[in-house]
Amino acid sequence: MLANQRLLPLGFVPLLIGSLIWIGLSARGVEIRGTKTSTADTRIEDGLVAWERIYSVLTSPRCINCHTATNHPQQGDDRHRHFANVIRGPQGKGVPGLSCISCHQSANADSTGVPGGRNWHLAPLSMRWQDQNDQPLPSAVVCRSLIDRAKNGGLDGQALLKHHEEEPLVLWAWNPGRRLDGTMRTLPPLTHDDFVAATRQWINAGMPCPR
Amino acid sequence: MPAARKIENDLHLNRRSFLQVSAAAAGGLVLSLYLDLPTTAQEARPTPAAKVYPPDAFVHIRPDGKIVIQVNRLEAGQGAQTSLPMLLADEMDADWSQVVAELAPAADVYKDPVIGIQMLGGSTSIPNSFQQYRELGARTRAMLIAAAADRWRVDPEQCRTEQSVIYGPGNKSVRYAQLADDAAHKPIPESVRLKNPSELKLIGKPVRRLDSRAKCDGSQIFSLDLDLPGMKIALIARPPVFGGRVRSFEDKEARSVPGVHNVFEIPLVKGSAVAVIADKFWTAKQARDRLKIDWDLSGIEHADSTELFSRYREMARTPGAVAVNLGDERAMDRISASNQIVADYEFPYLAHAPMEPLNLTVRFDGERAEAWVPSQLVTQEQMAIAEVLGLKPAQVTFNIVYAGGAFGRRGPLDSHLVREAAAIAKRVPGLPVKLVLTREDDMASGYYRPMIVHRVAIGIGEDGMPEAWRHVVVGQSFLKGSGNAFEPFLVKNGVDNLVIEGINDSPYTVPNFHVSAHHPNVNVPTLAHRSVGYGHNSFVRETLIDELAARAKIDPIAYRLKLLKPDAKKFRSSLTLLEQKSNWRTHLPSNHAAGIACSEYHGTCVACAVDVSIENKRPRIHRVTAAVDCGLAVNPLTIENQVQGGIGFGLTQLMAKGAITLKDGRVEQRNFDRYTPPYIGDMPVEIDVHIVPSTEAPTGLGEAPVPIISPGVANAMAKLTGKRYRTLPIATI
Amino acid sequence: MATYQLTVNGQHKQVDVDPSTPLLWVLREELKMTGTKYGCGISVCGACTVHVDGVATRSCVVPISLLSDRPIVTIEGIGSDPVGRVVQDSWVDKDVVQCGYCQSGQIMNAVALLKANPKPTNVDIEESMGGNLCRCATYVRIREAIKRASQQLK
Repeated sequence: MLANQRLLPLGFVPLLIGSLIWIGLSARGVEIRGTKTSTADTRIEDGLVAWERIYSVLTSPRCINCHTATNHPQQGDDRHRHFANVIRGPQGKGVPGLSCISCHQSANADSTGVPGGRNWHLAPLSMRWQDQNDQPLPSAVVCRSLIDRAKNGGLDGQALLKHHEEEPLVLWAWNPGRRLDGTMRTLPPLTHDDFVAATRQWINAGMPCPR
Repeated sequence: MPAARKIENDLHLNRRSFLQVSAAAAGGLVLSLYLDLPTTAQEARPTPAAKVYPPDAFVHIRPDGKIVIQVNRLEAGQGAQTSLPMLLADEMDADWSQVVAELAPAADVYKDPVIGIQMLGGSTSIPNSFQQYRELGARTRAMLIAAAADRWRVDPEQCRTEQSVIYGPGNKSVRYAQLADDAAHKPIPESVRLKNPSELKLIGKPVRRLDSRAKCDGSQIFSLDLDLPGMKIALIARPPVFGGRVRSFEDKEARSVPGVHNVFEIPLVKGSAVAVIADKFWTAKQARDRLKIDWDLSGIEHADSTELFSRYREMARTPGAVAVNLGDERAMDRISASNQIVADYEFPYLAHAPMEPLNLTVRFDGERAEAWVPSQLVTQEQMAIAEVLGLKPAQVTFNIVYAGGAFGRRGPLDSHLVREAAAIAKRVPGLPVKLVLTREDDMASGYYRPMIVHRVAIGIGEDGMPEAWRHVVVGQSFLKGSGNAFEPFLVKNGVDNLVIEGINDSPYTVPNFHVSAHHPNVNVPTLAHRSVGYGHNSFVRETLIDELAARAKIDPIAYRLKLLKPDAKKFRSSLTLLEQKSNWRTHLPSNHAAGIACSEYHGTCVACAVDVSIENKRPRIHRVTAAVDCGLAVNPLTIENQVQGGIGFGLTQLMAKGAITLKDGRVEQRNFDRYTPPYIGDMPVEIDVHIVPSTEAPTGLGEAPVPIISPGVANAMAKLTGKRYRTLPIATI
Repeated sequence: MATYQLTVNGQHKQVDVDPSTPLLWVLREELKMTGTKYGCGISVCGACTVHVDGVATRSCVVPISLLSDRPIVTIEGIGSDPVGRVVQDSWVDKDVVQCGYCQSGQIMNAVALLKANPKPTNVDIEESMGGNLCRCATYVRIREAIKRASQQLK
C-alpha cells in the first residue's frame, strides 16, 4: 500500500520520506506494483532483471542439486539422482550411517573427487527450487519462496544478501572442486561477485518478483 | 601371514616330501597318481582321480586338539569351507568346536574328484566332493580306532567314537590328539562304512559358518589384504579398447611420484599395456594417473552395443547351428498366426563385479615362484604362471586365498590375470608383487556374461499347451574355437551348450521343438557368469510359459505341472512344495500381484513365487517364497543363505542400471554408480526358503536360485501393467 | 609427504604420507589394518566405512589432510564398544556372511544406526543401510541381525 505522493514545489523532502517508506516496505518483501514514478519503474525493471540473473545461478547445478523437492539430492551437471541411495533425513543431513558428512568433509577432496564445504547438507524442502519431477520451478515461484520469511528461515533482504555473500555452502558453488577425471566442476553462470551484486540490486529494488 | 603353505601332518611331511611318498609307505596305496603334475597344456586333460584319498592330505589333528581340515576349493562365499569340513568331521566323529578349515594349496590330491582339475565352479563343491569328504572322515576314524585297538590290545569292534574321543572296553578312553601320531601310521582302509542318516550329527543340520567371526571382526585375510615382506603393488594401465596396443608412452611424471619403482610395458593375452610398480597402492595409482600413453587401437573391432544388438536381431531371424530338432520342423507353419506367440528378447552384457576387485600376488626368484591367488581354476593358473616364467608347474607354489566373491570372474579360461601378474613378477625378481585392479579396471576388464538376443515362435495347441516351439539364440561363445579342455564336452555341432542351457534342456514337453544358435565373434571377452546360460534362458522360458498359462487361463503353477516332462522330478517336487507354501498368493492386496518362475542348475531345481507391487515406478518385491530340491540337504543354513543370496544376485538383471554397454569399443560403466546392483532397498523384505526332503545325492546351490527372480518379478508385473518385459534391464515400467 | 597424528581405536598413531592419501589406504597400508575394505574408491559401496568422531564415514574418499584430530574407530576396534559387540554377535548368530568382504562396512554402518536409534523400524534400517552394497546379497539376514541386535539393546 502506497500513498499517492503529491509532488510539492519543494517536493524533495516528501519524496525522500516517500522513498524511505518505499524502501522500508520493500525490506519487508512487499511486492511492488507499478507506481507513477518512472524512477521506481526503472528500479523495479532493474530489480527484475537482477532477479533473473540470480535465478540463473540458483537453478544452475551447483546450487539446485541440493535444493530438491524430493527425498534425495542430485549430483552432476545432468542433475541425476545422487548415488548410493543417500536421502534427506529429518534435518536434511541424511540418516545415521548415511549422513551427508559420511563422505562430504569441510573442504573439497580433489584427490577422491568428493566436493566439500562446512556443514554439508540439503536445503530444507521449503527452499526447494524444483518440482517432484526434478524440473526447475518457474522464476516467479522461486522468487516468491525466496522472499517468504516463513519459508526462507526468517531472512530479510539484508540477511539474504549476507547469505549469498558469506554462507560457506553458497561460496562452495564457485569453488566446487575437481571431478575424478581431473576436470573442474562447472561454475554457475555468474561470478560470485556478480551474483552478490545482482542480489544487492534486487534487494535495493525492493525484491521484485515476476508475475 | 601365510608364507609357503606346508601341509603339516603327523607324518611330519611337508608338501614336497609328501608328494614323494612311495606306494609302499602308504600301505599299498598308489600315491604316484597324485605326483605327476602335467608339464604342458597338452597333458592337462581332465582325468578321473583315484578313489582312495589319503586322509593326511586333508585332515591334521594337532596336539592341542584342533582339527585342521583342508578344503579342496576356493571359498568365495558359497560356504564350502564349512560344508565340506562338516562332511568329514561328522564321519570322523570330531568335536566340531575344534574344527578349523584351511584352503588347500594347488596339488593333485585336491583336484575335483569328478572333473579332474582343481577348481571352483559349476556348483560342484558339494556334489563332487560329498562322497570324497565323507569317506575321508570315515577312513580317518577307522585309522584312529585301529591305533586305539592296538594300544589297548582290544578288538576295533569294541571301540566307539564321540566328539574327538575314542572309548574302549572298561573305562578306557583316549583323545584323538593323543593318538594322531599312531593313527597316521596305520594303513588307509580301502573300504569304509559311512554313517546311516540316523547317526549323522552335523550333516543335515543347520550349522553356522566357521569363518563368520573372523569376517565380522576384520581379522579375515582376503587376497587384497595379503601383506608380505618387501611386497610391491602393481597397477596396469590398460588399453581403452580390448586388444589395443601400446605405441609409446611417456612416464617421466609418473616416475617422479615418490615411492614408484618402475614403469614398463607388458604383453596382455591380447594387446599390450603399461605396468606401474610402487610401494603402496595410492602411490601406484597417482603414478598411473600421470602416465601419458599413445594407444594403437587400429585393426581391432570397436564393439558398440547398439550396433551389436542390431546385428544380433538380424541373425536371430535366421536359424543357426541346430542344437535340438524334435518332431516336425514344419509344424509351426500349420499353426495360424492368431495361435502363435512371437517374441524377441534382449539381454545386455553383465559384469560379475565381486565386492573384492580382482587381484593376486606372485613372487619369482628366477628358479621358483610362489603365488597367492583367489583362484577358481587352480590347475590351469598354476600352469599358466609356470609357462610365463619358463618353469615347470611343480616349481610354482600356488596358495589359495579367500576371495571377496567370485561368481565366475576368478576363473577366466585364458588365465589372463595370472599371466599378467607373472609377466610383472618377472620384471621385479625376488619380491612379491601384488597386481591390483581398481574397481574401474575390474568393471571395464571384460570377461562378461555375453549379451544375448532370442527370437522365439510358439505355436499353441487347442488345449493351450505349446505344440511347436522354434527358438534361436544369438550370443558369444568363449569356448568355441578356444581349444580349451572343456570345449569338446560343451560345444557340439557348433553349438555351445553354455549359451542355450535352459532352453535345450527345458523340462517342458513340446512335441515339435527346434533350437538353434549363432555364436558371433565380437571383440569383447566373455566368461561364465553365475548360473551361466540359465540366467537369460530361464528368463525367456519362464516368461513365455507364464504367457501361455495366462492365455489358457490356467494357474501358472498348475500349468507348469501339467506341462512338465515325466522325468522332470525335481521341477515337480519343487513346484509342488512351492504351491503348498505360497497360499498367500490367493489373498494379496489389490495392487499386488504374484509371479511364478522355476529354474534348475546341475541337478538342483528352485521354484519361486514373488509378491510384487509398483512403487515409484519400480517393482517393489514384498516377499519371495522359494522351494528347492537339491537332493540331500547337507547344511540347510547354507542352502537358505544361497537361495536368498542367489535371488539377490539375480535381481541385478532387473535393476535400471544393470547393464554393461559399449560405445566405440569403450565400456561405458566403470563403477557401481553406473552399473548398480541391488542395495537393501531393492531386495525383497522377506525370502522364505523351503527344502524338499530328500535322501538323493546332494546337488549344489551356488547358482540354481539366480535365474528365478527376474522372470518371477516380470511375470508379476505383467499382471499389474499388462505388459510383457522382454528387454532387460527394466529401465522404465 | 606430511606427518599426521591419528587416534585409531583409542591408540595414538603417527604416519608419514602424501596429504592426498585417503584414510582407507592409510589404515590398510600404513597401519596394516586391513579390516576396512576397498570396494569402489568413490564412496558408492560402503565397504570402507569407519567411524570418525562417532560419524559413520566412507574412508575411501576422505584424504588424510581433511581428518584433523577427529578420533577413528575401525572394525578392528568396534568389538570393544558394547553396541559393536552386540552387532557382531548378532551377525554371527544369524549367519549373515557369505564372502564377507562387505561386512566390515555393513557392521560399522549398523552400529552407527543402532547407536543413534536402538529401535529402528524396517524403514529406518532400509534408509540407513541403503547405501551399503553386498554382491552376495545377504541383505535379508542383515535386516534380521539388526533386529536381533536391537532386541538385545536396552
